[in-house]
Amino acid sequence: MSALVELAWLIVAFPLAGALLLLMLGRRLGEPASGWLATCAMGGSFVATLLVFGGLLAHDATERQQVVTLFEWVPAGNLAVDVGFLVDPLSVTMALFITGVGALIHLYSIGYMHKDEGFARFFTYLNLFAFSMLMLVLSDNLLLTFLGWEGVGACSYLLISFWFTEDANASAGKKAFVTNRVGDWGFLVAMFLAFLTFGSLQYGEMFFEVESNGVAASTASGIVVLLLVGAAGKSAQFPLHVWLPDAMAGPTPVSALIHAATMVTAGVYLLVRMNPLLAEAHGWVPDLIMWVGLATALMAATIAVAQNDIKKVLAYSTVSQLGFMFVAVGSGAYVAAIFHMVTHAFFKALLFLGAGSVIHSMDGDQDMRRYGGLTRLLPLTSWAFVAGWLAIAGVPPFSGFWSKDEILAYTYGENRLAWFLLLCTAVLTAFYMTRLVLLTFYGSPRWSSDASSATTTDNTASDNTISNNTATDNTASDGTASDNTAGAALPERHPHESPWLMTVPLVLLAGLAVVAGLLNLPFSSDLHFLEKWLSPALYGNAAHVPFGGGTKWVLGIVAVLGSGVGVAAGVAVYLRNRISPDRIEHPFLVRAWRIDEMLANFMGGPGHKAFQRTAQFDQQVIDGVVNATGTTARRAGTLLRSFQNGMVRSYALFVAVGALALMVWFIARAGM
Amino acid sequence: METAVFIVCAVIVLAGSLGVVLARNPVHAALSLVGTLFGVAVLFLNLEAHFLAAVQIIVYAGAIVVLFLFVIMLLGVDRLEDISIEPILGQRVLATFVGLAGFGLGAAYIATSVEGATISTSSLLRVPASNLHHIAEVLFTDYVYAFEATAALLTISVVGAVVMTRRAGRNRVTQTTAGED
Amino acid sequence: MVTSSWYLILAAAVFTIGAVGLMVRRNPLIMFMCVELMLNAVNLTFITFARDFADISGQVAVLFVLVVAAAEVVVGLAIVVAINRRWPLATADDLSELRG
Repeated sequence: MSALVELAWLIVAFPLAGALLLLMLGRRLGEPASGWLATCAMGGSFVATLLVFGGLLAHDATERQQVVTLFEWVPAGNLAVDVGFLVDPLSVTMALFITGVGALIHLYSIGYMHKDEGFARFFTYLNLFAFSMLMLVLSDNLLLTFLGWEGVGACSYLLISFWFTEDANASAGKKAFVTNRVGDWGFLVAMFLAFLTFGSLQYGEMFFEVESNGVAASTASGIVVLLLVGAAGKSAQFPLHVWLPDAMAGPTPVSALIHAATMVTAGVYLLVRMNPLLAEAHGWVPDLIMWVGLATALMAATIAVAQNDIKKVLAYSTVSQLGFMFVAVGSGAYVAAIFHMVTHAFFKALLFLGAGSVIHSMDGDQDMRRYGGLTRLLPLTSWAFVAGWLAIAGVPPFSGFWSKDEILAYTYGENRLAWFLLLCTAVLTAFYMTRLVLLTFYGSPRWSSDASSATTTDNTASDNTISNNTATDNTASDGTASDNTAGAALPERHPHESPWLMTVPLVLLAGLAVVAGLLNLPFSSDLHFLEKWLSPALYGNAAHVPFGGGTKWVLGIVAVLGSGVGVAAGVAVYLRNRISPDRIEHPFLVRAWRIDEMLANFMGGPGHKAFQRTAQFDQQVIDGVVNATGTTARRAGTLLRSFQNGMVRSYALFVAVGALALMVWFIARAGM
Repeated sequence: METAVFIVCAVIVLAGSLGVVLARNPVHAALSLVGTLFGVAVLFLNLEAHFLAAVQIIVYAGAIVVLFLFVIMLLGVDRLEDISIEPILGQRVLATFVGLAGFGLGAAYIATSVEGATISTSSLLRVPASNLHHIAEVLFTDYVYAFEATAALLTISVVGAVVMTRRAGRNRVTQTTAGED
Repeated sequence: MVTSSWYLILAAAVFTIGAVGLMVRRNPLIMFMCVELMLNAVNLTFITFARDFADISGQVAVLFVLVVAAAEVVVGLAIVVAINRRWPLATADDLSELRG
């Protein structure tokens, strides 16, 4: 093993050290030193990842799976868990984009969080998050992955409710936490089942067991389905997706880092990591994963069409794109899933950071109906944003096209109906992103009284749309309100380009979003860099496209046409005003298919009763046992207390009695 | 010869120890202790531990018992203890029972199990003067760390004793108040 | 001929007398003397076995016991003196302040 690979511990050590230092010194360092410290920690981590990457490249493809064990963590009988890192192409790929994108977002945050009271606290959380995420990705066993899994969940909670003085933010954090717990339950039970089956939680040992002794298909299916529950929770898949749109209450860099680029992809990572088990499961399990992903992708895309909050659109878009990745995993296209994960990390982080830049310049207003025509005022932001838009919309040669097209191709091979629905989703994606870009950067300005006076013919504007808060406008009345609503009392605004700290990451990410497609170009097998690189981690379980180049070309062209249709429709509706947006932005969609209401009704009705029963059981049986234990202990204590009389001579007598008992025991054993 | 010495010494030792336990006056008890220690020292000689026999006399009989007597005189506790009453219920009966049971068990075990007749002609002491050499050799090689540790232990205990018995000078007020709380 | 068993039984007897004395006497000084008796009994067994096994280590152990006993007496008597200063004529039974 080369010395460079051994450096894997440095990758996680940097952010951990950063978080600890900030925890101790954060307040004293203040702004901007604490931000720079955190950014340097991420930069160091990125460099370390590059070194490990280099070390891994130096190995032959067959030896690109190295375990770096730091120490024994849980030595408990049969269960032996080490703190160790599995350095293989999959984990290093993840670590590369986590640290790379993470470092850029840290840099951006220095500008974005300027003059915020919790500046140092923000970076402490951010570094802690990076540490947990890297633990999750690099760990060589399920338990350590779970540690990172819970760690990112906790950091996500802390960061969503970062501005906790607002009630809405605090409850959004709680919602994310509770929803994630449902998924965590699945992960935990899957872990127990895996330990029961394989007697180990280490990936290498589990997969070796699968390979050498095989595993019952039903067991593998059980583990994978439970993991799917966990993954659905973390990656916001139906029906556990409800937390992610609300998670946008956190600061925008957090949305970019955690709720778009890294944490939410953990579920996809987990499923890809466990691919040997997926291969052993019943045939319906991958189908289940695919249909869950597909349902999520389609549903979220339709919801995104009708949202007015810029971050909500991006949030639903993220849910939808994660659905794409699940479809890829379900089709066995692991490479495509990781490929899309990487490109998505670039362009979605870019879009969120761009949105953050816009929100920053609009003094915190997130309602797109009060944007418009910003391209002249925010040139850098808008150009970067346009790159991200074209990438996600699937316009060649931007990165999103290549990864999305690959997923579509694999799905076509798997199931034609799924392919068609996924194509519709892609069209919708292009449509809602076009809508977002046009409403924000083009058209006439609607953000100040001066600018809008010329275009305002609408006097029905109600006061509630003027409110300048960042909360979401999810009510039906807002949805039906005309999108060029402008009250007379809009505050004076001077949109301006963001400082260089914020634009530099934007430009870098835009560049990545444009060229990331080079990772895995479909034209020739020589250009499948990612596929070849990842193959050691996939154990030959990856699916192969079952048709030739001709079909591929046709599919590609269909996909491009789909994007074109989406973009054109967007332009027709929102720039040319051919169709009234009201006919598209249906209240049902604005309210996100009423899933929140349905969940609330269920939990308030039958669910509530079930919980009451459980609570009753808990009070009477579980608490009864616990209380009985306590009572017994107290009675025993009262009894024993009488021996503790303070008389030295009594104590001596007790010792003598004990010694006598020991003597009897030993002599009896000696066989007298 | 050895048997005669053993019997005489055993009588002295047992009488001395019973004296320690039964004497009402602490001074008598201390003097009985000297008798016991002396008897044990002679038994050491019998068992070819010449050096330790000397140390036993010097350290125990000479130093420790004298220390006991000093304390008895210093505190003026040479009063008679009323041993006819026993405040703790059943303490005396139980203690005697446990003691006798333990002794009975141990003695029975020793009598049946320990092969006592194997004592060869002096193996340790072919040359009488080498007992001290032997001890020194082992003490300063195998047990040198333990030996150094006992040196530290002695120093610490002396310092501890001084600290505990020192009459509080400047601190008397605080010490008294602290004690009375 | 005196065998080792005799020595051992004598040591056991002295130990028992010391232990019973520790339990029945209330004067702290006499209790200390009883502890000395017990230590001496142990020393006697050590030396007996040292001869039995022809191993000098037994005698070295006795040397250490002597040193520890000396330290113990020094500290113990210091405690007795300190206690006597505060509660004159206290017996071991009076000192139950440290009861939990």
